[in-house]
Amino acid sequence: MGEPLRQPLEPRQVHAVSAKRKWSSAIWKHRKEYLAISPFYILFAVFGLFPILFSMYLSFQKWDGISEMTFNGINNYRFMLTDPEFWKAVRNTLLIWIYSTIPMLFSALVVAFLLNASFVKFRTFFRIGYFLPNVTSLVAVSIVFSTIFSNNYGLLNYIFSLFGLNPVEWLNHTWGIQLAVSFMVIWRWVGYNAVIYLAGLQSIPSVLYEAAKIDGASGVQSFFRITLPNLRPIILFTVITSTIGGMQIFTEPQVLVGNDGGANGGGLTIVLYLYREVFINNYFGYGSAVGWGMFVLIALFSIFNWKMVQGSGAK
Amino acid sequence: MIRSKNLLLYLGLILGLIVSVFPFYWLAVMATRTTPEIYSFPPKLWFGSHLFDNISRVFDSIDFFRTLLNTLFVAAASTVLVLFFDSLAGYTFAKFSFPGKKWLFVLLLATMMAPAQLSLVPSFVIMAKFGWVGSFKALIIPGMANAFGIFWIRQYAEESVPSELLDAGKIDGCGFFRLYWNISLPILRPALSFLGAFTFIGAWNDYLWPLIILNDERKFTIQVALASLNGIYTTDYALVIAGTLLAVIPLIVMFLFVSKQFVSDIAAGAIKS
Repeated sequence: MGEPLRQPLEPRQVHAVSAKRKWSSAIWKHRKEYLAISPFYILFAVFGLFPILFSMYLSFQKWDGISEMTFNGINNYRFMLTDPEFWKAVRNTLLIWIYSTIPMLFSALVVAFLLNASFVKFRTFFRIGYFLPNVTSLVAVSIVFSTIFSNNYGLLNYIFSLFGLNPVEWLNHTWGIQLAVSFMVIWRWVGYNAVIYLAGLQSIPSVLYEAAKIDGASGVQSFFRITLPNLRPIILFTVITSTIGGMQIFTEPQVLVGNDGGANGGGLTIVLYLYREVFINNYFGYGSAVGWGMFVLIALFSIFNWKMVQGSGAK
Repeated sequence: MIRSKNLLLYLGLILGLIVSVFPFYWLAVMATRTTPEIYSFPPKLWFGSHLFDNISRVFDSIDFFRTLLNTLFVAAASTVLVLFFDSLAGYTFAKFSFPGKKWLFVLLLATMMAPAQLSLVPSFVIMAKFGWVGSFKALIIPGMANAFGIFWIRQYAEESVPSELLDAGKIDGCGFFRLYWNISLPILRPALSFLGAFTFIGAWNDYLWPLIILNDERKFTIQVALASLNGIYTTDYALVIAGTLLAVIPLIVMFLFVSKQFVSDIAAGAIKS
C-alpha cells in the first residue's frame, strides 16, 4: 500500500475510485483466505442453492424426467392438496412423530438424570452402551426390528404369549406399523438425546443446588426452579432436531413394509411418498411440489414447537 | 434406605442398557440359526451352529467384499475431503481477518437451515446432467465441505491455535498453506478425529441418496446391498440376517475405538449450537 495522500479536499469522483481500488486491493491481499473458504460456498451454490431454486421452477412443470417439460401452472400443488394419499402421508408422519418423540425425549431425560446421580459408577460405559444404537445403520435396525414385530412368530408376540396375551398382527395394521416405526426411532435416539441432556445437567453449576438446599428447597422444587429452566435451551434444541428428523423419516418404513407403506399404507411417510412419486412413478415436477409442501410443513411445525417450548417456560 | 434407592437407580439404568443392547444380541443369535429356527416358536434365544453356513450363502449371493470396498472407499474419501476442506475453512475463519468475514460466516450458518429434502429431486436431475448417476462422485463431491464441520473446527481453532505461534511461523517464512498444514493441523487433531468419525459413520450408514444414485449392483454400498438382499431373499431370512450382521460389525468395532471421546463431543457440539 502506498503513502496516504494528504489532500484535504478531494474531488468526489477521485475519492470513489480510490475507495473502490482500496477495496479490491484489500480483497486481493486476502486472496488466500478467500480461496481457503471458497470450496464450501461453491459447493453450496451448485448443490444447495441452485437445486432449491430449480425445484421451485420444476414444481410448476409437468415432467417425467425424460421428455420435454411442459408448464403446468399450479396444478401440481392443486393435485397435492387434493390427493388423499398425500394427506395420509402427512397424517402418518405426524402420528409417528408424536408416538416417537414424546416417549423418546422423556426417556432420555430420565436416563440423563439417572446417569447424573453422583454415585453412579461406570458412567462412560453406560453412555457408550446407550449411544450404540445411534451409530447403527437404519437399514440394519429395520431388518432386526422386522423380526421383532413380525406378524405371527415375532419376538414381541412371544413375549405377549408369556403373559397369556394373544399375538398381534403388527404389520397388518396401520397403528401396528406406526408403533413399530416409532419404537425404532425411540430405540435409536434415546441414547443420543440422553447424552446431550447429561452434558446439559453437568453444566449447571452445583452452587445453585447447594444454595437452594440451604434455603430449604425440596428436591422437586429445585428440579422445577433450577434444573428445568437451565435445561430449556437444550430441550429446545432436541425438540427442533427431532422435529426436522421426524418429518424426514424414510428408511424405517421403506425397509420394514416397502415402497407402498404396507397394510393400508400405514407406513407411508411424506418422504416415502415423495420417493415413490418421483423415483418409482417418474413424476419429477409433482415431486418438487411435494418437496415444497413438506418444507412448509416442517417450517410451520418447527415454529409451533419452538413457541410451545418457549411458552411453557415463560410462566 | 438410601442404599435401596441407589439399587433401584442402577436397576433402571441396567434395564435401559439391556433394551439398547438386546437387538444386537438378537441379531447375532439369529445369524447363527437357520431360517425355520428364526421363525420357530418359542424363539431360540441362544446361539446356534449355522453362522458360517449363513455367511457363505451371503458371499454366494452378493459380492460382499466388493460392496464393503465400495462403502469403505466412499466413506473414506468423503471423510478425508471433509476433514481437509472443513479444517482449512474453519481455521481460516478462526485465525484470520478479511473483509466480509462476518457476513460470510453468518451466511454459512444460515445454509444449515436450508432444507435438504427440497433438493432431492433437482439434485438428482443435476447429477443426471453431469453424468454422475451411478457414480461415486455423486455421493462424495456434494458433501465434501459442510457448514457443521467448518463451524465445529472454527470453535476449536479459536481456543486452541495460539496466534503467537502463527506469528512466529510467519517470521520463520511459512506461507499461508504451511501455517495451516504444518503448524495448525496437528493442533486441531482432537477436533478432526471427532469430525472424521462423525463423517465416516454418516457416509457408511447413508441410504436414501445412494439408493437413488446407484443403479448398478457392482457399485452398491453396503446399505443399498443389504436393503436389496432384504427385498429379494424373503424366504432365506437367515441369509439376510447374516448379511446384516456383517454390515453392522465393522462400524461397531470402529465406534468402540473412538466412542469415549465421540460421545462427549456429540454432546458438546449440541450444547454449543
